[in-house]
Amino acid sequence: MDPILVSPQSFSVLGIPTVIFSLLIPVIGVAIFTFIMAKRIAPLVKAAPDYRFDNLPNRLFNILKIWLMQWRQPRYRLAGILHIVIFIGFLILSIRSTSLVVIGLSNDFVLPGFGGCIGDIYNILKDIAATGVLIACIIAAVRRGVYKPARYSVPEKYGHDHTAEAVFVLGIISLLMLSESFFEASFVAAQVKTGAFEVAHLMPGTLVWFSKLFLLNFSQSSLQTVHILSYYVHDITFFFFLCFLPLGKHFHVITSFFNVLFMRTKKGNIKPVMYGVTDDKLDELESFGVKKFEDFTWKHMLDFYTCADCGRCSDQCPANAVGRPLSPRFISIKARDYCFEHYPIRGSFIKSEPLIGGIFSEDEIWSCTTCGACEQECPLGIEYIDKIVDLRRGMVDEGMVPQSLQKPLKALEKRGNPWGKMEKKRSEWTKDKEFAAECPVKLVEKGETAENLYFVDSISSYDDRMQDLSKATAKILSLAGIDFAILGKLEKDSGNEVKRFGEEMLYQDLKDQNTTAIIESGAKKIITADPHAFNVLKNEYSGLPEVEHITQVVARCIKEGTIKLDTCEDPEKVYTYHDPCYLGRHNNLYEDPREALDAIPGLTRVDMEKSRDRSFCCGGGGLMLFYEPEEETRMGVLRVEMANEAGANVIVTACPFCLVNLEDAIKVAGFEGKIEAIDFVELIERHIVR
Amino acid sequence: MEILVCVKRVPDTSENEIEVNSSGSDIERDDLVYSVNEWDNYAVEEAIQIVENAGSGSVTVVTIGDDESEEILRREMAMGANNGLLLSDDAFENSDGKGIATILKAAVDKGNYDLILTGAQAEGGAAQVGGMLAAMLDLPYASLVNKIDIGDSKLKVGREIEGGNQEMNDISMPCVLSIQTGINEPRYVGIRGIRKVASVDIPVMSASDLGIDASAVGEAGAKVKRVDYFVPDLGDGAEMLEGSTEEIIGKLIELLKANGGL
Repeated sequence: MDPILVSPQSFSVLGIPTVIFSLLIPVIGVAIFTFIMAKRIAPLVKAAPDYRFDNLPNRLFNILKIWLMQWRQPRYRLAGILHIVIFIGFLILSIRSTSLVVIGLSNDFVLPGFGGCIGDIYNILKDIAATGVLIACIIAAVRRGVYKPARYSVPEKYGHDHTAEAVFVLGIISLLMLSESFFEASFVAAQVKTGAFEVAHLMPGTLVWFSKLFLLNFSQSSLQTVHILSYYVHDITFFFFLCFLPLGKHFHVITSFFNVLFMRTKKGNIKPVMYGVTDDKLDELESFGVKKFEDFTWKHMLDFYTCADCGRCSDQCPANAVGRPLSPRFISIKARDYCFEHYPIRGSFIKSEPLIGGIFSEDEIWSCTTCGACEQECPLGIEYIDKIVDLRRGMVDEGMVPQSLQKPLKALEKRGNPWGKMEKKRSEWTKDKEFAAECPVKLVEKGETAENLYFVDSISSYDDRMQDLSKATAKILSLAGIDFAILGKLEKDSGNEVKRFGEEMLYQDLKDQNTTAIIESGAKKIITADPHAFNVLKNEYSGLPEVEHITQVVARCIKEGTIKLDTCEDPEKVYTYHDPCYLGRHNNLYEDPREALDAIPGLTRVDMEKSRDRSFCCGGGGLMLFYEPEEETRMGVLRVEMANEAGANVIVTACPFCLVNLEDAIKVAGFEGKIEAIDFVELIERHIVR
Repeated sequence: MEILVCVKRVPDTSENEIEVNSSGSDIERDDLVYSVNEWDNYAVEEAIQIVENAGSGSVTVVTIGDDESEEILRREMAMGANNGLLLSDDAFENSDGKGIATILKAAVDKGNYDLILTGAQAEGGAAQVGGMLAAMLDLPYASLVNKIDIGDSKLKVGREIEGGNQEMNDISMPCVLSIQTGINEPRYVGIRGIRKVASVDIPVMSASDLGIDASAVGEAGAKVKRVDYFVPDLGDGAEMLEGSTEEIIGKLIELLKANGGL
C-alpha cells in the first residue's frame, strides 16, 4: 500500500529529493552553532580561575530545585507560571524535536525506548506541552507587547528597549509549536480523509487536534504540501533558534543548567581575591580585583551570558529603588554587551579597556549595600556581590576611592574603628556609673576571662545611641546567667564592610588582630548583637569558637526557661520585625527573632509585605554610613513607609546599623511620634522578668 | 618636569583627641596617631597628576624629621611619588619656620627642580614655610593655589581669594606654590600600596650632607620660640533655649528684639 502522504525523506521538489535538505539543514545548523559556541567560550578560557567543583551534593540539589523545579520562578506569579510552562514544554519537546530531525532522513525512525506504550504516552504529553507552550507564548507576548510590565523597561542611559527581541523569540517558539503540529496534523487529516484503517489518536483540545480539524478542509495534495512545508519550516526554525540563542538573552536556554550547577553554595562569604592564592600570598599578586573584563572569573562571565533580562534583581534592588545609579540587571547586560562587542562572532577580538570609566561608573559600583536581594531573587543563580566586591578591589588598588570613604578607611587602619576614636575608649560604655553598678562587664584587656566573649564591634562601642544596645545586650546576658567578657581595646572593627568595600589587606589586618585576641581570651563561644560582625566572624574568619547572634541566644534561653518575659508594656502598639540583611538573607536567621518577640505576652506583631528573604535594606551598614550616594530618597524612608503600610507603629530590628538608618528615616519621612524604631535587645531587655 | 613636594608628619586631628599637656609646653603626645599633613597630601596628588599628564618627569617627596617620618614618605610614594628624601639631624629639632625653610632650601639646591610644592599650612597654622622658602631661593611664589594649568615654561595658577573668588595668575618656572585643599581629589592609598614600597630605599641627608651650619637651624637658630599652650577659659555668654521649635523661635525673636537685633 502506498503511504498516505509522502514523507520528507522520499519527497522531491522540481526533481530534487528533499532528503538533501534534511541532511544539509542539520549539518549546516550544527556547524554554525559549534562555531558560535567556540567564540563564546573564548573569553571564558582567558578568565580568572573559579573553583566550582566542590559541594557536589549541594550543586545537584540546586539543579533539581532551582533549575528543574524552577523553584524561584513563582516568586513573580504570572511570569513564573508562564516560564514554567514553556520550560517544561521545552524539556518534553526537545525529545520530539531531536527525533524529528532524524525523521527527515529516515521516516521510520523511533527514538530508542519510545516504541510501544511509552511512545504513545509521550505523544500525548508532547501534544499537551506544545499546546501549553503556544498558549504561554501568546499570553507572554501580549503581556510584553501590550501591558509592558515596568520591570522590563530599559532606562535611556542603558540603551535600547529589549521588547522586540523578546517578542521575536516568542514568535519563533510559537512557529516551532505550530509547524510541529501541522506536520503531524496534516498526516492525520490525510489518514482520516482516505478512510485509513488505523487513524492516530489525537487528544481533543490540543493544538495538533485543532490543527487537524482545520486541515480536514484541505485537499489531499494541499495536505501533502503542508506536510512537507511544515517539516522544513520546523527544521529551519529549530536550527535557526539554536544558533540564535547564543547571540542574546536567550543564551540562558543553553547556559542555565551550568549556571545553576555552578552557582554559589555557601552564604555570607566573599570570594577570595584570586582562587588558588592563599591569604599569606596576597602580597605577591600583581594586581587586585577586576579592572578589565578578563579579570572576571569564568563563572562570572557565564553569569553575564545567562542573564535572561527578567529584571527581578533590579526590581528587588534597594539601590535601584531609591534612584542610585545602580541596577544589577544592567551590570550583567552591559558586561554581556561588552563581551559580545570585544569577542565578536566574526572578526578579531578587540583589546580590552578599563571597565570603570567605561561600561561601569565609580558611583554605580559604590552604590551597592551588598544586601543580597538581587541574588536571592535570581532564578538563574547569578551573583552580584562578589562581582561588585571584585570591582571595588580593583578601584581600591587604583586609588579610586571617594573622599567620604577614605577618612573612615584610614581611621580603621590607624585606630581600628571608622571614626578614628581612641582604642582605650572602646570599652567606655561599660563604665557608665548607673550601668556598671547594675551590670559589671568583664574586660579581657584587663586580664579577665569568661566562658563567652561578647564581640561588641565598633558602632555599638563608640556611638552614643548604639551604646544603649551594648548595655541592653550585656544586661540580657547577665540576667540569663551567661558568663561573658568583652575584649575592650583589644577588639578591632570586625571588618565585614572593609572586606566588602574592597580593602582586602586592611580586612586581613583587622581579622588577624581580632583572631589572635579572641583565641587568647580563651572564650569557648562568641556572642554578638551586630549582624555584620556575626556574619564575618561566622563565615569569613577561621579557627574561631562557635559564633551566635543575640537573637539566637535569647530564643534559646526563652525555650530553656532562663529568660522569662513580662506582658508587653505597650499592648496597643503594633510591632513589625525588620529583617537585617546580614541576619536574614546572608545567614538564614528569620525565625529566632520572631519567636522571641512572639514570646512577649500580648505583643501584636505583623510582617511587612517585604520581609524575610525579601526584606528591604535599610540603607546599609559599616562604611556605607559614610558613603554619600547620589539618590532621590533614602532606603530607610521607603522602609519606614512599608512599615506604615503594614499598619505597624514600632519597627523592631536586630542590627545597630538598621537602627541608625531607620531612626534617621523616621525623622526624614515625617513619622516622628507615629512610628518608632527600637532594637531587639532593647525590647527584650525591657521585658525580662528580673 | 621635576617636582619636589615638601611634606610633614602631623597628628591627625580627625583621629585624635588633642589635649594640652599640664605644663603647657606641648600637646599630649601619648596615644596620638600621625599621618601626612592634609594640605601636603593634596600637593603630592597634584604633582603626581602633573607628571602623569605630561607623560614625563618625576615627583620627589621630602620631609624633615626622625625615622618615624619615613612612614609618611612611604605613604606618599605608595600614592605615586617616585622618590623620597628624609632630612634628619638632631640639629634640626625645634626649628622655627625660618629654620625649616633653610633646611628645605638646602635640599632644593641639591636637586634640579622645575616646581616646588608645599601645603598651604600644617597643623601649626603658621603658613610661613612656602613663602620663606621661595624668598630664600629667590623664586616666584603663589600661595593658596587651588588650580594649576601647565603651559610651556609658564604655569597658570588659580588662587582662592576673599569671599570664595578666584584669581588667575601666570607664573614662570621654576617657582614655589603652596597648595590649598580641594585642588583635586587625592587618591586612596591602601595597605597593599604601602607594602609595595616598604623596602624601597629612602636616602637620608644630615646637616653636613646638606652643607647647613647647625647653629643656623634647630633650637639654636630659632628666632621664634613657643612660650605657652593653653585652652581659653570658657565664656559665660552662651544661653541654651529650650522648648518646642515654636517656643524656641518665639524666645529667640524676643531676645533679638530686646538686644536691638531686630
